[in-house]
Amino acid sequence: MSFLSCLISGISLGSIYAIIALGYTMVYGIAKMLNFAHGDIIMVGAFAAYTIVSTLGMPPILGVIVAVAVCTLLGVTVERIAYKPLRGASSLAVLITAIGVSYLLQNLALLIFSANPQKFQSVVNLPALKLAGGELSVSAVTIITVVTCLVVMFCLTSFINKTKKGQAMLAVSEDRGAATLMGINVNGTIALTFAIGSALAAIAGVLYCSAYDTLTPYIGSMPGIKAFTAAVFGGIGSIPGAFIGGIILGIIEQLAKKYISSQLADAIVFAVLIIVLLVRPSGILGKKTNEKV
Amino acid sequence: MNSVKRKKLIDNLFTYGLVVFCWIAVQALSATGHMTNQINGLLVPICMYVILAVSLNLTVGISGELSLGHAGFMCVGAFSGSFFTKLMAEAIPSLQARFIIALVIGALTAAFFGVIIGIPVLRLRGDYLAIVTLAFGEIIKNVMNVIYVGVDNGMLRIAMEKKANLNLSENGRVIIEGAMGITKTPKASTFTIGIVLVLITLFIVQNLINSRTGRAIMAIRDNRIAAESVGLNITKYKLLAFSVSASLAGMAGVLYSHNLASLAAEKFDYNMSILILVYVVLGGIGNIRGSIISAIVLTLLPELLRGMNNYRMLIYAIVLIIMMIANSAPSAIAARERLLEKFQRKNTKEAA
Amino acid sequence: MNILEVNRLSIAFGGLKAVDNFNIEIKKGQLYGLIGPNGAGKTTVFNLLTGVYKPDAGIIMLDGVNVAGKRTISICQAGIARTFQNIRLFTEMSVLDNVKVGLHNHHRYGIATGLFRLPGYFRAEKEMDERAMELLKVFDMEQYFDYKAANLPYGQQRKLEIARALATEPKLLLLDEPAAGMNPNETTELMEMIRFVRDTFDMTILLIEHDMKLVSGICEALTVLNFGQVLCQGETAEVLNDPEVIKAYLGE
Repeated sequence: MSFLSCLISGISLGSIYAIIALGYTMVYGIAKMLNFAHGDIIMVGAFAAYTIVSTLGMPPILGVIVAVAVCTLLGVTVERIAYKPLRGASSLAVLITAIGVSYLLQNLALLIFSANPQKFQSVVNLPALKLAGGELSVSAVTIITVVTCLVVMFCLTSFINKTKKGQAMLAVSEDRGAATLMGINVNGTIALTFAIGSALAAIAGVLYCSAYDTLTPYIGSMPGIKAFTAAVFGGIGSIPGAFIGGIILGIIEQLAKKYISSQLADAIVFAVLIIVLLVRPSGILGKKTNEKV
Repeated sequence: MNSVKRKKLIDNLFTYGLVVFCWIAVQALSATGHMTNQINGLLVPICMYVILAVSLNLTVGISGELSLGHAGFMCVGAFSGSFFTKLMAEAIPSLQARFIIALVIGALTAAFFGVIIGIPVLRLRGDYLAIVTLAFGEIIKNVMNVIYVGVDNGMLRIAMEKKANLNLSENGRVIIEGAMGITKTPKASTFTIGIVLVLITLFIVQNLINSRTGRAIMAIRDNRIAAESVGLNITKYKLLAFSVSASLAGMAGVLYSHNLASLAAEKFDYNMSILILVYVVLGGIGNIRGSIISAIVLTLLPELLRGMNNYRMLIYAIVLIIMMIANSAPSAIAARERLLEKFQRKNTKEAA
Repeated sequence: MNILEVNRLSIAFGGLKAVDNFNIEIKKGQLYGLIGPNGAGKTTVFNLLTGVYKPDAGIIMLDGVNVAGKRTISICQAGIARTFQNIRLFTEMSVLDNVKVGLHNHHRYGIATGLFRLPGYFRAEKEMDERAMELLKVFDMEQYFDYKAANLPYGQQRKLEIARALATEPKLLLLDEPAAGMNPNETTELMEMIRFVRDTFDMTILLIEHDMKLVSGICEALTVLNFGQVLCQGETAEVLNDPEVIKAYLGE
């Protein structure tokens, strides 16, 4: 039974990774950059919800809405100010800039909220689900997390496949130059990608903090890096890949915590990343690309 | 052509001169009693950061690979060096001798890790390489956090998780104690040794860059396919740059661990790697002297301007973003070239 | 004597036969042209000859040694050097250093010699400087030696790429569209230069080109490639008058 509950918490954590990984994978696929600051958007989302719910005492649902709004705006602003001027620059320059943004967000949060951990009040106030005669208890946060992840996946897939804007995204990720020639607004499409990715990060932030109930300015960096791992695992640029990668990684992490060593769980997750990148750099569902000579 | 060569030589000598000047200035200031305790305490860390920044610049600027795991190599060096110093406390009574050997051991261990990590990592490119070096750095930190090493009856014992797992006998002693790391390493680092190590680092890095090997490394950075087509062994030179950089970071780690009473793996997280990267970027990617100056200034500045400390990282972050955009954004480069052209035209007009 | 003999060279990418049963024979000192419509597989042939791609089948005899399937580095050392369709220079390095990288395998000294500035270092560096300047002089570029490669004008960049390739002391030089992006005057100049390089270095040159003026002006023999297969082979005048070739270029 403990294996089962471990598995369930793995799926729950994995769902959060999957939601974050979706943002990573979309931005990587379309803007061709590793948005290192994506993890810190999660943190901003969580703090936004925290301010609304715990400090101002407003209803949780409003907290979620504000978090999403703040992060969307932040994501688009960051893209406009820091990343857009660097379009066409070396990937080294873009990555360092993204690290700068990540640092900026962390330290801003540090100044505003201090380094002390805040108690994050869960946005879900429902009783846990008891299964198998009370032996297996699944918290409401877990259920909502998994459901949210599935809904997000479904919405995103239909958005990309069924709408004009979604098709534009696919076109830009395939060939930016050709997309421009076809009259697609590339800058607008990239901004939209950042908006969606950041909104998802906000949701992930709220869910993550609801499940683990502490909040510090550094909370985003680890899940951020792990979600990137998940995105790579599933095949960067692939939406179902991000989902599968996230879930698998969440399960690996929880099982490692339980059966190997809680202190080494992170190291094991990173080892998975390294092995995946070395053995199959294109991930489970990714495409292989070669440089043209 | 000789004038260009002479200019380069003078440029290199100037960099050494800068370091020697710093040493003389500090000696003069302390002789006249102008050094505060606070600054005295910063002297060894400054040397350490200079070595770290210069060595990371070798990877990032010269070899063109963004490594986010530099702190990991420093960690390996610090632990292996301190471990040796403590282990050999009885066998080699002279602390100076032990320290010098520890420096060599730290550098070699880090170089070894540089090679075994480099072989898989350097097959990757760009963003993936960055994230994997970060992952390796974190793995090193996490593993060092749970490792216990003790010695009894001339035997080394290694265990994970708990001190009790070591099963040490009565007369045994623990050297590496998990998250507590290594405590009570004798303080052997001095400013003068630090300066000597900085000079050694400069000697290695500058001579490497200005040699056949350095040209090969930079050629691979600029165009991998062309470099291969003129017969360069990509893996060999990338690995060489990466492991030299790692070994210098390891040496800096030994300097660090012999300056403090306690050494914990926690300190070598990726924030440390990023801080070093900040020094490199702000000093100018590929600019060795810039790395030295930025490491000195950025370590001194926040200590001198107390109260600014809270804003320090925030300011670094903003400056980092602005620097990258100003130096790398296509529109900024074009604007700079236009400005330069205008300036030159004006000059030639005046000359005419 | 043939410096290059290629037999039944083939490669397929996912079922598409990019190069199929390719044969060529090039005599020492010959100026040879490889032409064909876009997408015919010309650059793929270059990539096969230089080891960027491994052929599925076939042999590449360079001066009596089979180099098919070997790594780029060993093929370079065996004596094939090339330039690229889209110029690939070491952009952040000086013009002189670009050529010196080409000399890398011919003026060796160990890492330690370089680190500790042993006498061997100064000797080898001096030789390399002199040799590189000689090469730059051939291309009338010695005054640019300390320029950053990226700051050279386009035409000079193409020349520098050739100088760098020559620095590796090849037996066979491959030029991938050397006249691309050049105006008629520059092309004429380039033709003279290619001929000059052949004569001074006693070089064998295989070039891909679309500019028919250049091809008919300097190439002594041609191979026409169409859909990955050899369409026609022989002396330049004959090949250019072949009805099949005219059809492939102009359509039915």
